[in-house]
Amino acid sequence: MNNGLPSIENYLIGSNLEYFNSCLLPEVSNPTSEDIAKKIETLKNDTVDKPYFFIGAGTCGLGAGALHTEKALIGVLKNINVDYEIIKVGCIGLCFAEPILDIFLPGKNRISFGNVTSDKVESMVKALLQEDEKVLCQALFQYRSKDLKVWENVPFMEDYPFFKKQKRIVLNQCGIINPLSIGQYVAHNGYLALAKTLKELTPLEVCTIIEKSGLKGRGGGGFLTGKKWKFALNTPSDQKYFICNADEGDPGAFMDRAVVEGDPHKLLEGLIIAAYAIQATKAYIYIRAEYPLAIAHLEQAISDLYAWKILGSNIFDSGFDLDIIIKKGAGAFVCGEETALIHSIEGKRGMPRPRPPFPAVSGLHGKPSVINNVETLANISAIILMGCEWFNSMGNNNSKGTKVFALSGKIKNTGLVEVPMGITMREIIFDIGGGPKNDKLFKAVQIGGPSGGCVTNENLNIEIDYDSLKTIGAMMGSGGLVVMDEDNCMVDVAKFFMDFIQRESCGKCIPCREGTKQMQNILEKITRGRISEKGNDALDRFKGILQLEELSNTIKETSLCGLGQSAPNPVLSTLKYFRHEYEAHIFDRRCPSGVCSELINFEIIEDKCKGCTLCAKKCPSGAIKGSPKAPHYINNEKCIKCGQCLKICKFGAIIKN
Amino acid sequence: MSKQNTNITVTSLLKKFPKANRGDLIPILQCVQEAEKFLSKNAMMEIGDFLKLPLSKVYGVATFYNQFKFHPPGKYQIQICRGTACHVEGSSTILAALISDLKINTGETTPDGLFSLEVVACIGACGLAPVMSINGEFFAKLTTEKIKHIIQDFRDKEASNE
Repeated sequence: MNNGLPSIENYLIGSNLEYFNSCLLPEVSNPTSEDIAKKIETLKNDTVDKPYFFIGAGTCGLGAGALHTEKALIGVLKNINVDYEIIKVGCIGLCFAEPILDIFLPGKNRISFGNVTSDKVESMVKALLQEDEKVLCQALFQYRSKDLKVWENVPFMEDYPFFKKQKRIVLNQCGIINPLSIGQYVAHNGYLALAKTLKELTPLEVCTIIEKSGLKGRGGGGFLTGKKWKFALNTPSDQKYFICNADEGDPGAFMDRAVVEGDPHKLLEGLIIAAYAIQATKAYIYIRAEYPLAIAHLEQAISDLYAWKILGSNIFDSGFDLDIIIKKGAGAFVCGEETALIHSIEGKRGMPRPRPPFPAVSGLHGKPSVINNVETLANISAIILMGCEWFNSMGNNNSKGTKVFALSGKIKNTGLVEVPMGITMREIIFDIGGGPKNDKLFKAVQIGGPSGGCVTNENLNIEIDYDSLKTIGAMMGSGGLVVMDEDNCMVDVAKFFMDFIQRESCGKCIPCREGTKQMQNILEKITRGRISEKGNDALDRFKGILQLEELSNTIKETSLCGLGQSAPNPVLSTLKYFRHEYEAHIFDRRCPSGVCSELINFEIIEDKCKGCTLCAKKCPSGAIKGSPKAPHYINNEKCIKCGQCLKICKFGAIIKN
Repeated sequence: MSKQNTNITVTSLLKKFPKANRGDLIPILQCVQEAEKFLSKNAMMEIGDFLKLPLSKVYGVATFYNQFKFHPPGKYQIQICRGTACHVEGSSTILAALISDLKINTGETTPDGLFSLEVVACIGACGLAPVMSINGEFFAKLTTEKIKHIIQDFRDKEASNE
C-alpha cells in the first residue's frame, strides 16, 4: 500500500481488525475498507483542506517562546476570520531556529519558518496567506510532496544544509507528526511492525533479526542489542522484565527527550516488540523527573494504547500480555548504570553492584531483565519492517545504522542531528553544525559527557564509531557533543566534570568516592588565585599534574562501576591534548583563555573613563562604583567576573588582566 | 509515633497507594513532595510507618536523590542548569549573578520566602544554553543582564499583588 509495505490488515483478522478499525474511525460504525483508507489519508496530513499551522512545542521550543507564538497566531487568525487548525509538534532538531512555525496551505507544500517570535507572526502569516513572495526569503525549507505546488526559491528539506548529510530513522517523524495522536502514528505505518512481529515471528527470530542488524546499545555501552536479548530469552523464569532507560543523565545530551516528546509511539512500539522478544510481561520506563513534558506525552500515549488494546492482555490476539509502567527517576546520574537503575526501581538507593550476575540473568527482583535506552528501542520498528540487511548496510565495518548526536555549546547550528555511523566529526561540526559561533577558532568538541573525552582539530577527520573514538581517548557515550572555542579553558572544563562526578558518585566504593574528590581538590588549587591560597597550596600546585595522572589510573583500575572507571577520562583527555593550558595555570598562574575567575580581574582605566555610569547600571553584582562624569572603579571582592562591563563600555576604558 | 504528629495531607496521599511495597517508596516520596513542596521529618516518619520501613531507610533513600528537599522552598523555585553546554556558555557567571542579586547560596531560600535557588544537572534544553527554569517556566539564552530583569519582574509582580 505505502512504500511497498503491506497494510496492517495483512496481520490482523476478525474481531481484532474490527476493533482496530473502530479505534481508527470511531465516528463510523462498521466502516468499509474505503472509509479506512480515506481516514488514513486524512490522518497522514499529506494534503490539507484548510490552512494548518504546526508549532514546534518541545522543551526547546517552549523555552524559546513557542506558547507566545501560538497565542499571537490565534489572535491573528481570529482577526482574518479563516478556518484553520493548529497542531503542536515535537522538536525537529533545529534548536537554534526555535520557535519554529510550519505553515501548510491547501494545494501548496508545507513550508517551515524559523525564529518566529510572537512579534513576527502577524506580518508573516498575512503575507503568506496573500502569497506575497517577499516573505519566502525568511523560510528555512519546504517539505517535498508528490503533486503539491512548490514554493519558488525555497530549498527542499533534504537540500537544506542542516539536513543534507543526515539520515533520519529515529527522528524521522519528530517535529513533523502530532505526538499525541496515535491515529496519526498508525497512519504512518505505526504498529505495523508490532502486528507483523506478533503474527509472523517467534521471540527467537526477533532476537536473531536484531542481532544480525548489528544494532548496538545507543546509551553508550555499545553491546549488541540482539545478543543481550538472547541471554534474557534463554534464561528460564516465571517472570521477566524489560526496562527502558530514559534517565538521560548525561549533561549535554537530549536526544531521548526529543524522541519521547516528539514521537512517543515510536519508542513504545519498539519497547513492546522488545518485551515480546524476551517474553517479558512487565515493562518499566525509567524517565527523568526533570522532563515533565516528555512524561506527559508518554502517559497520554500509554493510555491510548490501552484504549486501543495494543497494551494489556492478549495483544492482537497473539496470547502475549504486557503492561508498561512509568517510573520517574529522582535525579541521580549513577542510575544510568544498569544495576543502580534496578535498585532505584526497587525503591532503594541507586548504588551499583558487581557484575556478574548480569541483569539479563538476575535483574529486577532477581528476575531476568533487559535494559535498553530510548534511542536503541526507537530503531526496532524500522529494522523489523525494513529488514536487518537494510540496517546493516548503513554505517561502517564495526558500527551499523545511525546515531543521534546533540550539538550544543559554541556552535552556530545547535540541535539534534542523526547521521550514519562512520561520518567524520568534521562533517558534523562544520557541514551540519556550521562551525563555531561568531567565527571564533574551533578548539575541541567534548563527546560522551562526564565519561568521555575531547576530540581536537587533529582528530576531526576520524570516522565516528564505537571503536575509533576509544583509540583517541574519547567514547561515544550517549552522543552529547559540546563544542568549545578559543574562549573556553580546558582546565575549567575538566574541573567542571570532576565537580559533577564528585557530586554524583554514589559513595559505595572508595576509589571513586575519595579519588574524584582529591582530583577535584587539585584542580581547585590549580585554578586558585594568590589571595585565597593557604598553607601548602603553593607546593601542591606543582605536584598537581603528576598526582592527577596517578590518581586517574588508580581510579580507572579499581572502581566498581562504569561511572568510576570512566570518571578520570575528561581530565586525562584534556591533559593529553591541552597540557600547555594546565602548565600555564600551574607555573604562570595564568588562564590563557581568561575563564578561571580567580586568575583574572577587570580594571577601569581612569583616563579613558568618562563617568557615563552605564557599567555601574548594568553590573549585576553592584561591584562598580563612582559618581556621574567622574572615573568609576571596580570593587574586585564583589566582582563576579561576568565581563558584562567590558562588553558594553563605549570608550574602551575597561580591560581584562 | 503519636497520632497528633500525623499530617492530614500525607495520610490522604498515602491512600493512593493501596498495595504499597518497598518499590513504591520513591513514587510516594515524589507524590508527598509534590503536594507539600518538601519532605518534613513527620512526613518521612509517616511514610516509614506506612511501608513498615525504619526512618533511617526512608531518609537514606530520600537523601540519595537530588530531587528531594528537606526545607520549604521559596514561592518561586529557581532551577539553574549546570549542564555541560550551559557551563561552556557561561552558566557559572549566571549563577554568580543570581547569588549576588538574591543574596542567598544554592540550596537556600530568601528570608522573605520568595525565591529559592537550586542547581540542576541538565534540563535538556542544551541548544538554548544557558537556561534556567522558574516554577517550570523556561528562560533561555540567559545573560547576566537578562537575569536582573527577570528577577525584578517577579519582584514587581509580587509587590503589585500586595
